Amino acid sequence: MDAIVPGSDADRLDPLEIPTLCPGAMAASQPWGASPDHQKALGFPGELVDDWQNVAIAKMGELLEKNRALRVYLDSCVKCGACTDKCHYFLGTGDPKNMPVARQDLLRKVYRRYFTFTGKYFPGLVGAEELTKEVIDDWYSYFHQCSQCRRCSVFCPYGIDTAEISMAGREILDAIGKGQKYCNEIIGKVHTIGNNLGLNKNALRSTLEGLEEDIEDDIGVPVKLPLDVKGADILLVTPSADFFAEPHVDGLIGYAKVFHAAGASWTISSYASEAANFGMFIGSYEQMRLISLRIREAALDLGVKRIVFGECGHAWRVAYSFLNTLAGPFDFLDQRYPIPQHICEYTWDLIQKGALEFDKSKNDHIRLTYHDSCNVARATRMGDQPGGQFEIPRAILKTVCNHYFDMAQDTIRDQTFCCGGGGGLLTDELMDIRKKGASPRMKALKTVAEDHGVTHMAAICAICKTQFAKVMPDWGFERDSILSVHQLVSNAIILQKPKQENDDDR
Amino acid sequence: MLTTIYACLFYGATAIFLAGMVLRITRFARTPAPLKIPTMPAPTTKSGVAYRLLREVTVFESLFRANKWIWAFGWIFHVALAVVLIRHLRYFVQPVPSLLALMQPLGVLAGFAMVAGLAGLWGRRLIVPRIRYITGPSDHLMLALLVAIGCSGLLMKFVAHTDIVAVKTFFLGLMRFDIQPLPSDPILLVHLGLVATLMIVFPFSKLVHAAGVFFSPSRNQVDDSRERRHLAPWAAKLEADRAR
Ligand code: HEM
Ligand code: HEM
Ligand code: SF4
Ligand code: SF4
Repeated sequence: MDAIVPGSDADRLDPLEIPTLCPGAMAASQPWGASPDHQKALGFPGELVDDWQNVAIAKMGELLEKNRALRVYLDSCVKCGACTDKCHYFLGTGDPKNMPVARQDLLRKVYRRYFTFTGKYFPGLVGAEELTKEVIDDWYSYFHQCSQCRRCSVFCPYGIDTAEISMAGREILDAIGKGQKYCNEIIGKVHTIGNNLGLNKNALRSTLEGLEEDIEDDIGVPVKLPLDVKGADILLVTPSADFFAEPHVDGLIGYAKVFHAAGASWTISSYASEAANFGMFIGSYEQMRLISLRIREAALDLGVKRIVFGECGHAWRVAYSFLNTLAGPFDFLDQRYPIPQHICEYTWDLIQKGALEFDKSKNDHIRLTYHDSCNVARATRMGDQPGGQFEIPRAILKTVCNHYFDMAQDTIRDQTFCCGGGGGLLTDELMDIRKKGASPRMKALKTVAEDHGVTHMAAICAICKTQFAKVMPDWGFERDSILSVHQLVSNAIILQKPKQENDDDR
Repeated sequence: MLTTIYACLFYGATAIFLAGMVLRITRFARTPAPLKIPTMPAPTTKSGVAYRLLREVTVFESLFRANKWIWAFGWIFHVALAVVLIRHLRYFVQPVPSLLALMQPLGVLAGFAMVAGLAGLWGRRLIVPRIRYITGPSDHLMLALLVAIGCSGLLMKFVAHTDIVAVKTFFLGLMRFDIQPLPSDPILLVHLGLVATLMIVFPFSKLVHAAGVFFSPSRNQVDDSRERRHLAPWAAKLEADRAR
């Protein structure tokens, strides 16, 4: 009875299906706590401080002074309910505290109690509550069930972005000594080694050399992956997942082939060998800034003229929307190019100029769809037109692949669903919420697979790729049905066997 | 006696409303937005942003995409409210501009539409489990207050008429600090008492959404972060330690 009968409308999966409320269903879902060492490395208290209540309220007061979004969002919600069915974690779990407005209310009730007139004098009326251990516990659970994907913000009449609320919540938790292991440990690694994986310079160099050999064995063209080359034109900053795991690494090979075809002078930096910026996930401007400054340093040290970012969702958010703020001004770079530029913008530019040649039939075994990564879709742009972040990756895919099909309109573009693993949730102990949160996307994929025989899905985010490789097998897809966009480019691109290289790509 | 009480009530309510809103709005305006966070795709120019906000305020664009029922009830309520309020201007201006006089018949319809819209919104709060979950006592009270204002107004219009000319004389007098007698019809007193209550709670309740929508960074920011460096004053101070 549970089987899905293709073509029968009654049994079609509905990605937007609203579950019945199951209060408390996910209350126990919590990430592991950061160890005292990981906390202290970032300047946070090692464990829960004694007067945590006062510290938390003071921190909240500080954030209210520093961030207009927080204040406006906490004050303006009218409880209209428009956002209640928009979060993939609510759709996947039915836990009412995963409805965006209810998630906000976890912080709002404390805000009201300590910072508003009505909350101080009529707490029962406006749902104001004291900050208790139970509230902190709820914060820790439910602010780590928000992937900061901003889907709720699209639909809220005031654009209230629950991501801002959960970031503030996590910042307060860090300030009282209740940090999350996954994010804080990783940020520490970036500060000391330069990337999330903790790959040092030598390991990185041998990885890249190994890839060069693989490519040459494969296609007979000496495509290079240069590291720390002073005076290169382009600094490529890419998520460190690209250095080792499938399908990420195939994307990296794709970038390298595009650079090769364009005859570009480019380099990776071992100092800024990470595009991801987990400072955003924990809501810390200061951490985000320190990580971003590594990229500025690397660009100055190497004397590059341009910065290009590889495929990574929230990294592109930090790069596109925040980098200029956090680590600018970039007046030392070539102003004729976008600063920074996305690898998809770079490749699409070359395609439009006719500088790249493809054999599309190389991807004929693939029937493809594309997953708009949430942060790219709702927090960034590509190209010079609004919406370029949707069009450019699709345009590239249609250039290199003959069989392309979109998923249902209300699950893509700015209405896209998060993969379920974003926002610092990509850790094994959160597998349950990750899988449940992935279900709306998986249902939409299943439907397009039934309708059009789609076999693969492409994405431009390291987190999406890792997450989907984990959850797609549950839905009857192979682990390797999730692809990098530049992996498809890599399959189809035609490179000239050793000969003189082309000119500059300008 | 009554007249004095209501005169004081309205002076007080007006003062609280104005002071409260000015305080709220200056707080919103003074707090910096450290990062560029417009919900994308966003306009790339200031005029584009003005147009986006205009659409949000006049047709509730985002809400329309989100939920047609909430949109329908909410939009009807707000448009009707706007018409009712504009129509009420006749109590405060002399002579009444002809345009205002012309829209008087429309106003009657608006009175009913406003109450109907509110009833629809209230119904959803009671019936839809998700919305019932997020509804608190203050949300019901706010709807009750507005419904009561609307119903008392309609009662005056259709059942228990009051001396409108005297009401107008009273309010024109208030505006000149020259207090004139207020008719003592109970329904009028209820209507006015509730209106004063609304003005007093406005700045301290979710009703500040009317101002908040203009200050929401996800809606009012221009998408130009690559072209223009955006830096909050407190964040600029962090740069002192920057080597280069
Ligand atoms: C710039 C002006 C305003 C805008 C753009 C605006 C917009 C909105 C929107 C989009 C909603 C959510 C949908 C809904 O539930 O209706 C809402 C709710 C509400 N608005 Fe406004 N509003 C404005 C002014 C006002 C004013 C002046 C009042 C009151 C006298 C008011 C009272 C309410 C109430 C009570 C609700 C909640 C309805 C409920 O409980 O479901 N609004 N507003
Ligand atoms: C100081 C402010 C106000 C005064 C002096 C006032 C006075 C009145 C009077 C005298 C009427 C009866 C009209 C008639 O018999 O033709 C009326 C009707 C009405 N009032 Fe008010 N009112 C005020 C504020 C408000 C507010 C803020 C609202 C809405 C939130 C409101 C909603 C209504 C409605 C819906 C009606 C019935 C329809 C209509 O005649 O437009 N009033 N008001
Ligand atoms: S930002 Fe995304 S994950 Fe967080 S509450 Fe909104 S929809 Fe849910
Ligand atoms: S859509 Fe916005 S205003 Fe409406 S309940 Fe959700 S957060 Fe509040």
